[in-house]
Amino acid sequence: MKVRVSVQLKPGILDPQGKAVEQGLHGFAFEVEHVRIGRLIEMDIPGTDPAEVKAKAQAMCDKLLVNPVMEKASIEVL
Amino acid sequence: MRVAVPVFPGSNCDHDALHACGTVLGWETIPVWHQDPRLPENTDLVFIPGGFSYGDYLRCGAIAALAPIMADVKRHADNGGLVLGVCNGFQILCEAQLLPGALLRNESLRFIHADVHLRVERTDLPFTRAMKAGEVFRVPIAHAEGNFTLDPAELTDLEARGGVAFRYCSAQGEIGADHVPNGAMNGIAGIVNVRGNVLGMMPHPERAVDPKLGPTGGMGIFRSLEAAFSRA
Repeated sequence: MKVRVSVQLKPGILDPQGKAVEQGLHGFAFEVEHVRIGRLIEMDIPGTDPAEVKAKAQAMCDKLLVNPVMEKASIEVL
Repeated sequence: MRVAVPVFPGSNCDHDALHACGTVLGWETIPVWHQDPRLPENTDLVFIPGGFSYGDYLRCGAIAALAPIMADVKRHADNGGLVLGVCNGFQILCEAQLLPGALLRNESLRFIHADVHLRVERTDLPFTRAMKAGEVFRVPIAHAEGNFTLDPAELTDLEARGGVAFRYCSAQGEIGADHVPNGAMNGIAGIVNVRGNVLGMMPHPERAVDPKLGPTGGMGIFRSLEAAFSRA
């Protein structure tokens, strides 16, 4: 099954990239705030049960995909 | 004194480490490929060098932390063996959970290369025992992700247990945000684990030991290690 893991910096963790992009957008006169930059990971995981597949993706997050000091993830089974 | 220097694809300070430990200090210094399952027998110190292991893919140090050699580095550390991680080596130690915290992108978003001053916060460590309390020394930094971060409760614990080995400071040893090049919390430049046998630091002491190449501000750490081993 196709799985999408979105990894975001935790609230409160400084995101200098987001800040720089926000300033860039302000340069184009866009009204925008709280820009945060994350990472999107897509993958195929064998299985047919969405709950089971999601649990596998969660295990991957715990082992490698996410650093809990600074990041959190949300998992979407497509 | 036998030093092992793990080499990952993308390590680029491994030769600095080999030069400092091998040529300048005259220690037996052995490069170890990341795929090797074991450190050399009777390794005293593991020196994890700087660089861009695995191209900094995913997060700095995240992939290197899973390399086969790291299992043996963990075993070595669990047995009380010394581990020094510099720059990317520090990032790898954090990702391997041998040290707490994470190194985020510098506050300025820029790669910074500069000489910085560090203040010694602990003098009872094998890495600092030849240094004086509050001593200031000058070493280079060269990194884009050196912004040390930890959640507030853990940061309090780290400070309370004396986990901070080195802090960025002025040439006179003053502490303050003005002297922190990268945004690191509490101006933290280097930390140790609870046991005090694993040290991670962003600055490069191994680049400041050879008088032929310039100042030798990094020598205090290596003299300390020498003292630690001559006593052992």
